[in-house]
Amino acid sequence: MKTGSTEKVTGAKALIKCLEQEHVDTLFGYPGGALLPIYDELYDSDLRHILVRHEQAAAHAADGYARVTGKTGVCIATSGPGATNLVTGIATAYMDSVPIVALTGQVPSSMIGNDAFQEANITGITQPITKHNYLVQDANELPRVVKEAFHIASTGRQGPVLIDLPKDITTSEIEFYYPEKVELRGYKPTYKGNLQQIKRAAEEITKAERPVIYAGGGIINSNASAELVQFAEALMAPVATTLMGIGAIPTEHFLNVGMLGMHGSKYANYAIQESDLIIAVGARFDDRVTGKLESFAPNAKIVHIDIDPAEISKNIPVHIPIVGDAKQILKMLIKYVKRCKSEPWLAKIKEWKKEFPLTYKKDSKVIQPQFVIEKISEICKDAILVTEVGQHQMWAAQFFKYSEPRTFLTSGGLGTMGYGYPAALGAKVGRPEKLVVDISGDGSFQMNSQELATAVQNEIPVVAVILNNGYLGMVRQWQELFFDRRYSYTDISGSVDFVKLAEAYGALGLRAERPSEVGPAIEAAIKSERPAVVDVRVECEANVSPMVPAGAAINEILDLEEN
Amino acid sequence: MKHTLAVLVENRSGVLTRVAGLFSRRGYNIESLAVGVTEDLSVSRMTIVVEGDDNVLEQVTKQLNKLIDVIKVSDIGNDEAVERELALIKVTADVNTRAEIIQIANIFRARIVDVAPKSMTVEVTGDEAKLQAIEKLLRQFGIKEMVRTGKIALSRGPKKV
Ligand SMILES: Cc1ncc(C[n+]2csc(CCOP(=O)(O)OP(=O)(O)O)c2C)c(N)n1
Ligand SMILES: [Mg+2]
Repeated sequence: MKTGSTEKVTGAKALIKCLEQEHVDTLFGYPGGALLPIYDELYDSDLRHILVRHEQAAAHAADGYARVTGKTGVCIATSGPGATNLVTGIATAYMDSVPIVALTGQVPSSMIGNDAFQEANITGITQPITKHNYLVQDANELPRVVKEAFHIASTGRQGPVLIDLPKDITTSEIEFYYPEKVELRGYKPTYKGNLQQIKRAAEEITKAERPVIYAGGGIINSNASAELVQFAEALMAPVATTLMGIGAIPTEHFLNVGMLGMHGSKYANYAIQESDLIIAVGARFDDRVTGKLESFAPNAKIVHIDIDPAEISKNIPVHIPIVGDAKQILKMLIKYVKRCKSEPWLAKIKEWKKEFPLTYKKDSKVIQPQFVIEKISEICKDAILVTEVGQHQMWAAQFFKYSEPRTFLTSGGLGTMGYGYPAALGAKVGRPEKLVVDISGDGSFQMNSQELATAVQNEIPVVAVILNNGYLGMVRQWQELFFDRRYSYTDISGSVDFVKLAEAYGALGLRAERPSEVGPAIEAAIKSERPAVVDVRVECEANVSPMVPAGAAINEILDLEEN
Repeated sequence: MKHTLAVLVENRSGVLTRVAGLFSRRGYNIESLAVGVTEDLSVSRMTIVVEGDDNVLEQVTKQLNKLIDVIKVSDIGNDEAVERELALIKVTADVNTRAEIIQIANIFRARIVDVAPKSMTVEVTGDEAKLQAIEKLLRQFGIKEMVRTGKIALSRGPKKV
């Protein structure tokens, strides 16, 4: 149907039509009473619906889909418990600025506020974790609301938007008309950077002798990786990325100094601390990056490029702020900057790289977790890596060689265990031609392992590699370092036989117990083209190194690896 | 330091909770908040008095602006604005004190809006200093109950926010 013409349809049908207008091709969801009218429409629709086994997974899958495609992901859950099960997934997307639209069923309008069966005030609950949310009160508003929701989710600083749909709204009839434009007088994101500020920044940048570019997830969101690399090369400035910025510049690029912050490379952190000018792009000076604020980059002027004005000077005073879209601003900056006199600086960084490389214990008997990531990096060159949360996440950030943006998916801001596997399913649905690997921990995997059923039923061949150390490893590491090795409730050894678990769901289960078995097991998993789980028995008490203890300056680094 | 913010918002249900939620979530202190519809029926205006230094004010303003339903946020500087608040003060009163209370009310151009055998209710409008002054004077008689609207403000001259 063309926009502009009208037609009488139910709210449920109107919703499907709206989604089609927004070029949605896939929904991740789980039905329930309040959603029956919508699910009845989905039955005949061309939209692909992936039935998950827990609504949290629907939200994470929509998030994974969005991160790899750059499109807005969509999830749907019923009223009450269905909606509340989405909460962790929505909060995860919110913290990482991922565009998703979450649809929730709601009890009929007349019952709202009465503690009706399966009623939850989901707009109230999600207010602090959505960019915006709607409770549809009149079916005629539905098309406008959907249009606005997709617009808000995908523009400016991206993020989740929730639409709560009372059951009667989905059954009442409306004249369907899809608006062509949104009119939101309170929402006008800035894309174009202020020219004066750009020129001022360019001048400062050109004067710098020890510049560092601090690149965050905003680069990925704004598809500005090419511009970032060009900009870095134009200046000859090293690039340190945040966890969210991984993939913005290839790992192997000569100007990449890797991740900064708590588990960043020593050379990235030293570079920041000795820098005279930091150019932060699409990053927000998170505490895991800055360490102790008062000692962060003591000698540096700071240029901060961000689409969200509220991030400017939130944690760290900024000398030259430029509000706008990273891609556009970098393009402009490239025109105005000249090469910095940074040769001695680059030489110094090169020395640091030689002196303090990321290493780990080489062992021919016990599988070292870092070795597994290196193997995966070798075998799965252009794969999309998705992680859970814990030590394995940090090793995946440190030891995989990334070459493209949108190929490293991780819950950076919220740190949600259980994110990885469902997000990997969403990623595979979004980019079916890509190999998708979930780097998992034995703890995290158990937070959403029911999604093996989703993978099998919908034939989504994701490979989950579990770095099985028998511990909630990251917490154990903190207990080892800061609580006298008192491993209070972090031993999870013997939880489950992951091979049998995979098999019970009809997936492929494989195990590696010796270093020599790691490569073949992963290769076999990939070759099977089935959903697969590889249980890798790794060194139990390996630590993520280097490490800046929480609250310390980022050059106060602990070395934890035993060579 | 106290700042007075004029916040224009969509006149819709739920907007007040979004604004109030933002303040509590981010740990900003609202001193007072008054809200009502404006000359444009689709727009409400909130007058928010917030305590904090310039950094806090900047963050509050930016965070408010991020709310989709917030149309505009302006800091109304104290000296170039007309600021008013209304208070209703119920004072203990009897034949011996009634005259004196009326006198005080007159001095402050306040009005007596209710009289009963053992009480009087005074309605007073003004800026914060004036309200505090009359409250202090009335206290000697015993204040039974007091309610204040919270401050509203308009900048002086033809300028709109
Ligand atoms: C939902 C959730 N609960 C708790 C935590 C706290 N936490 C962070 S890492 C971690 C341990 C993760 O264990 P595992 O998945 O086995 O990974 P490992 O660190 O052993 O590699 C825990 C409990 C969290 N991040 N998320
Ligand atoms: Mg573990």
